[in-house]
Amino acid sequence: MTIAALAFYLFAICVIAGGLFTVISKNPVHSVLWLILAFLSSAGLFVLLGAEFVAMLLVIVYVGAVAVLFLFVVMMLDVDFAELKAGMAQYMPIALLIAVVLLMQFGLAFGAWEEAEQAEALRQAVTPEGVENTAALGLLIYDQYFLLFQLAGLILLVAMIGAIVLTIRHRRDIKRQNVLEQMWRDPAQAMELKDIKPGQGL
Amino acid sequence: MISADLNIILPEIVLALYAMGALVGAVYTGKDALAGLLTWATALLFVVVGVWIGFSGAGDREAFDGMFQDDSFARFAKVIILWSAAAVLAMSQEYMQRRGILRFEYPLLVVLAVVGMMMMVSAGNLMSLYMGLELQSLALYVVASIRRESSKSTEAGMKYFVLGALSSGLLLYGSSLVYGFSGTTNFAGIIQAAGEGHTSLGLLFGLVFIVSGLAFKVSAVPFHMWTPDVYEGAPTPITAFFATAPKVAAMGLFARVVHDAFGGVVGDWQQIVALLSLLSMYLGAVAAIGQKDIKRLMAYSSIAHMGYALMGLAAGTEMGVKSMLIYMAIYVATNIGTFAFILSMERDGQPVTDIRSLNMYSKREPGKAIAVLILMFSLAGVPPFIGFFGKLEVLRAAYDAGLAWLAIAGVIASVIGAYYYLRIVFFMYFGDEDAEGLDKNRSPVLYGFLMASAAVLVFGLINLFGIEGPATIAAASLVN
Repeated sequence: MTIAALAFYLFAICVIAGGLFTVISKNPVHSVLWLILAFLSSAGLFVLLGAEFVAMLLVIVYVGAVAVLFLFVVMMLDVDFAELKAGMAQYMPIALLIAVVLLMQFGLAFGAWEEAEQAEALRQAVTPEGVENTAALGLLIYDQYFLLFQLAGLILLVAMIGAIVLTIRHRRDIKRQNVLEQMWRDPAQAMELKDIKPGQGL
Repeated sequence: MISADLNIILPEIVLALYAMGALVGAVYTGKDALAGLLTWATALLFVVVGVWIGFSGAGDREAFDGMFQDDSFARFAKVIILWSAAAVLAMSQEYMQRRGILRFEYPLLVVLAVVGMMMMVSAGNLMSLYMGLELQSLALYVVASIRRESSKSTEAGMKYFVLGALSSGLLLYGSSLVYGFSGTTNFAGIIQAAGEGHTSLGLLFGLVFIVSGLAFKVSAVPFHMWTPDVYEGAPTPITAFFATAPKVAAMGLFARVVHDAFGGVVGDWQQIVALLSLLSMYLGAVAAIGQKDIKRLMAYSSIAHMGYALMGLAAGTEMGVKSMLIYMAIYVATNIGTFAFILSMERDGQPVTDIRSLNMYSKREPGKAIAVLILMFSLAGVPPFIGFFGKLEVLRAAYDAGLAWLAIAGVIASVIGAYYYLRIVFFMYFGDEDAEGLDKNRSPVLYGFLMASAAVLVFGLINLFGIEGPATIAAASLVN
């Protein structure tokens, strides 16, 4: 067994174990940590495939940002996950049954996997000879897939508008800082000097 | 090269730029004070762009290596999408303003959703399909929960989001299997790879997953669970929007995928689509009977109608696609009128959606009652109105394609479904005299849309407003 094959099985087992424990672990913080393991292992699988850029993206975006954000949300929100999962045991038998049936069907499909005869010729984005993976990806995204890139930008815009629409509250009953007003304030406006005679008071 | 491509997607670019410009403009100036104006301006823009696309001439063009298809089919669907979205915006402005839920983001999110829908019906690649779909869905999730202080509206948005995300997952998984089989995500390539008689198991799996994901979006049984809750929970103008333009877009996308990408393996998807159609028709007809809330009732009604539209698709022929397009056009025209009426239902300034509030409505407002009667008869498929002709076309297409059993089942389902449409008419004309009724609503816009829709359903039976010609051309451009 070569090192590559060994690494593949290691990563593959880690991905599956990570996914499984994400779902079944009792403590939500552990769930997120298992999820991070799944992400990291799939990044390893991408490295084995020769897609380093996607692998690094997975680590930076999913592990670095998304999973850590998850972790914060899970720790800061006081959600009783045990209660949420209370109904799970009830549906477990039927879920397992469906899972087994699906697994067997996928076994059938993948066991006898065949490509179309023309698949080799139809391949859409073959990495050109002598071009690095990351450079090839850049050429693809900004040139051939220009339309998709722009659409992805629009989708992110919608996500941003949505987040603002659903959360921002314009409150009128609070005091806001007005920087200009603060800067224009001088001793003449802010202070009043009084000359107090001894023994008289104000 | 790129300028020619950009020229083809010019309508989408104009809409996207308008959304961005209006967003920045509104944020820096009036904010929500501009909302009413923006809503009307957006509706006007939709109408103009619809006319522009409708008259932009014949011929099939494609841009970005086939990722974007500009053919008669896409143009037909886009015109319906744009005009129905314009109508819904025009109807919603007053209703939302009066209840203080009109924010300037609402019309802009609708614009972005419409751009997504236009991408969907023009998709020529699994990736552009997914991008269009997500752009549309994401905007719709947000507008569903735009009334964020209402727990029902939030619940609607949440349910829609979670189930929508699940369906996107199914769709993506199916796409990856299809990609693994054919080595390409271009529809032109997939049809080439999947063309010959023998179908591989992997391709079949991919096809099933993609069809399941799309069935979620058109709310076909057994992927319909979200529809009644979302329709009931979302503010009524948003429900009106959900029931019209996105349905046309999802149906157009469905037709495009099964014909453009899997046109070589019709036998493989025909049975799936036929089953979806059968289940939708029956569940829609039976489950609506017990509904008391008119918005929930319209949700089940739309499930049943999607069943009929899918029947046209199940035929797998050019005539089937044509009948589906005509059916969708009629469905949208009817639904706009129906929702104009639902929006005008109120008592003491509060919206009412209980069906029994319609008791003896004919006494109070005979003109509107007749219009609603026409709409309900048309939805049920009672002969003199054009809803009947829509159903007839679909049934004929299914029968010609050798799906006689499906056509017969469709007739029976439509008889069952007629019960609850006629029940509304019964309440209006022979209901309980003493029950508390509705206030008179004097909104000229809603009145106009209700009457116009009813008029379309009556006068359309002369020649369906000549919609048959464009629909035939559109179907031919898709199937061949």
